[in-house]
Amino acid sequence: MSVPTTHLFGLDARALQLWQQRAQVLASNLANADTPGFKARDIDFRRALAATSSVGAPLHLAATDSGVTLQGTADTGTRAPLEYRIPLQPSLDGNTVNTQMEQSAFAQNAVRYEASLTFINAQISLLRTAITGN
Amino acid sequence: MSSLFNVFDVAASGMLAQTVRLNTTASNLANVNSVSSTPDKVYRAREPVFEAIRQGWAGNGLSEGVRVAGIFESTAPAGRRYEPGNPLAGPQGYVYTPNVNPVDELVNMIAASRSYQNDVQVMNTTKQLLLKTLSLGQ
Repeated sequence: MSVPTTHLFGLDARALQLWQQRAQVLASNLANADTPGFKARDIDFRRALAATSSVGAPLHLAATDSGVTLQGTADTGTRAPLEYRIPLQPSLDGNTVNTQMEQSAFAQNAVRYEASLTFINAQISLLRTAITGN
Repeated sequence: MSSLFNVFDVAASGMLAQTVRLNTTASNLANVNSVSSTPDKVYRAREPVFEAIRQGWAGNGLSEGVRVAGIFESTAPAGRRYEPGNPLAGPQGYVYTPNVNPVDELVNMIAASRSYQNDVQVMNTTKQLLLKTLSLGQ
């Protein structure tokens, strides 16, 4: 008998996946901070989580055509609802990466990932207590 | 399967691209005084152009690495200096100097090293997250 991880760890298991995907997107933004014409992207976390929140939904993000972006549409074939950032100020080469913002978002993302890990850890120790009975 | 591993690839591609940029900057600065007898043969400032790796990379459309699309030579005109005593001087007594702008190069160097540091930091953070994930439940 297999118990889906969502039943054991609830929202945190799903959130963990999303934090991972968001880390990828933000790392891509940072890596392309000097690429001409690169448009910074991000995941709308609230909507992405809502998309996976229905009971029995698969853990991966479903392809969605509601990946409506703030400016144009995200690349087709993406799994997470990616959105383009609105640049704070235009740059000559068309790059919309704001390194400082991306860094802060990445750090924030890392902390949230750790928070989800902490909750999962707590749940594991809870389960262990229930199993061993002491 | 952890998609966090893709972050390593992305950061590594960024570091690689910035290394190329640092290399060209070093080359430009080293050749700032390489004069020549004709404007055709004089050293020209080189600069890499980056592009995002869009497709076929990690396959999930989330991560986009960066690569060097090419290294281009600056088309700015070469400088000219009247130095009849220079052994490299042409028949008119002029030597041609590279179109390297040292200020541009220094700015490039600082920007490249900062971007490199960013990528290193991304890698470190991701490594810590992965290690914490590994020790889940202990």
